[in-house]
Amino acid sequence: MDNIKMQSVNLNAWFGTKQALKDINISIKTNAVTAIIGPSGCGKSTFIRTLNRMHELAPTAKMSGQILLDDQNIYDSTVDPVMLRRRVGMVFQKPNPFPTMSIYDNVAAGLKLTGVRKDKNLDEVVKRSLQQATLWDEVKDDLKKPGTSISGGQQQRLCIARAIALEPEVILMDEPTSALDPIASAKIEQLVVELKKNYTVAIVTHNMQQASRVSDYTAFMYLGSLIEFGATKDIFESPKNQLTERYITGEFG
Amino acid sequence: MIKLTGDNIFKAIIAIIAASAAIILLLNTYVLVTGSANIFATSGFEFISGKNWDPGISSFGVLPYILGTLLTSGIALLVGVPLSLGIAIFIVEMAPKTVRVPFSYLVEMLAAVPSVIYGLWGLFVLRFWVLNYIEKPLNTYLGWIPIFSGTPTGLDILTAGLILAIMIIPTVASVSREVISAVPNSIREGAYGIGATKWEVIRHWVINYGRSGIFGAIILGLGRAIGETMAVTMVIGNATGPKAMPTSLFQPGQTLPSLIANGFFDSDTPLQSSAYIGAGLVLLLISLLINVAAHVMVTRVLKVKGGAVE
Repeated sequence: MDNIKMQSVNLNAWFGTKQALKDINISIKTNAVTAIIGPSGCGKSTFIRTLNRMHELAPTAKMSGQILLDDQNIYDSTVDPVMLRRRVGMVFQKPNPFPTMSIYDNVAAGLKLTGVRKDKNLDEVVKRSLQQATLWDEVKDDLKKPGTSISGGQQQRLCIARAIALEPEVILMDEPTSALDPIASAKIEQLVVELKKNYTVAIVTHNMQQASRVSDYTAFMYLGSLIEFGATKDIFESPKNQLTERYITGEFG
Repeated sequence: MIKLTGDNIFKAIIAIIAASAAIILLLNTYVLVTGSANIFATSGFEFISGKNWDPGISSFGVLPYILGTLLTSGIALLVGVPLSLGIAIFIVEMAPKTVRVPFSYLVEMLAAVPSVIYGLWGLFVLRFWVLNYIEKPLNTYLGWIPIFSGTPTGLDILTAGLILAIMIIPTVASVSREVISAVPNSIREGAYGIGATKWEVIRHWVINYGRSGIFGAIILGLGRAIGETMAVTMVIGNATGPKAMPTSLFQPGQTLPSLIANGFFDSDTPLQSSAYIGAGLVLLLISLLINVAAHVMVTRVLKVKGGAVE
């Protein structure tokens, strides 16, 4: 298929004996924003965490099926999850900058792991990443301050810069604005739209307006199953499934 | 005018109980200071810097025992801290749930073993292991290095240090375990998310985030090692006088606690009793000094930042 970056094929996931995902087939298109919506407990976070193999870090987690990244199954035994996570970056629900590191080091941490030493090149990447995350102008004089010394919205943009610094192909966002105020959320939303020029983005949100504002494609999940998936416009204007319609009109959720 | 309500009486009782901690420390210090006044008046600074311990010529100096205390405690930290951190990391980061709880319990049980039991085990078992598998080979091949010179017997500074290393493990490991468990999962996830390996997550993030707490755990362990008496007395060889000046790890020595335990009840003269009490005062001061220094280090040097543990 043309311009599909990632794809889940018959994906099932469990926590212990509880099945969290049932036969999920979703394609994530290159340089587009794909939103995953649904009520709490529908499996949307679990789904996004299977895309960079964070799911398996939970003690009782299991899964079956495939996740393809550029047509390669990322659960293949030859794929190193550590290398995969450099290609598929992640931004979490609660901003989690590293408190023991400066703003600069937060952004540089991933690169330092890959062996890049502190030099002009690293300075350049840090600056570029912060610029892309629209945070540079606000922190350029405070790069040595702790990553936790800035506001929540700034912290979340710092986490985005941290992910960008590794030049990933895909950026996963797990409800990135749920802990932020409306103004900070709006900035993140603008940024998400901006990011798709260079990256492929998958975003989990329980905020339907947010999904309709930022995404090109939307998947609606309910109780671990994919109910409907398509262009965002179609999902919100002419949903095919009754459950989808009831959810987006706010009848439940 | 304060009314005699139930709440006020309760407050007063609690205040007295809390104050007793400070009062006990002060009383302790008072007894040690007055009890050792005699020896300090007689010997002055010579008591700290001297090497003799000879009632016959009324010459008392505790330098060998200060060094013995610091050396055995140093060995204990050098060997015990990496083991304890390994145990703590295993319990929190690696052990499956079914192993975690019984294993933590087991480690804490080590703290419940009376020190005389460690002493007996040290005397009858560990001593020979140390002698045959560590001291003899080191002495044979590296005997030209001063700290490995002499005739190994197994009842010496090294064995005492190793017994102490084992004895501080439960303290350091269980406090470190608490500190490491308190590291928020969001930090681990963030680190995994930028492609860190498990080793890197533990080394750069978990340890770093918990460093002040881990430092505190080490200081608690050091406190235990400095004050430990019984087990050390049983394995250190108990040299006195200039012979107790540590030059080699394979030489009988003496720590301040073992000196007091060995000799206090046999002291013949008031001056000698006073010297033992003086040794106690020196021990107390060393402990206090280390605790204060540790506190300063945690708050100043490590620069505890917002969010870091303790």
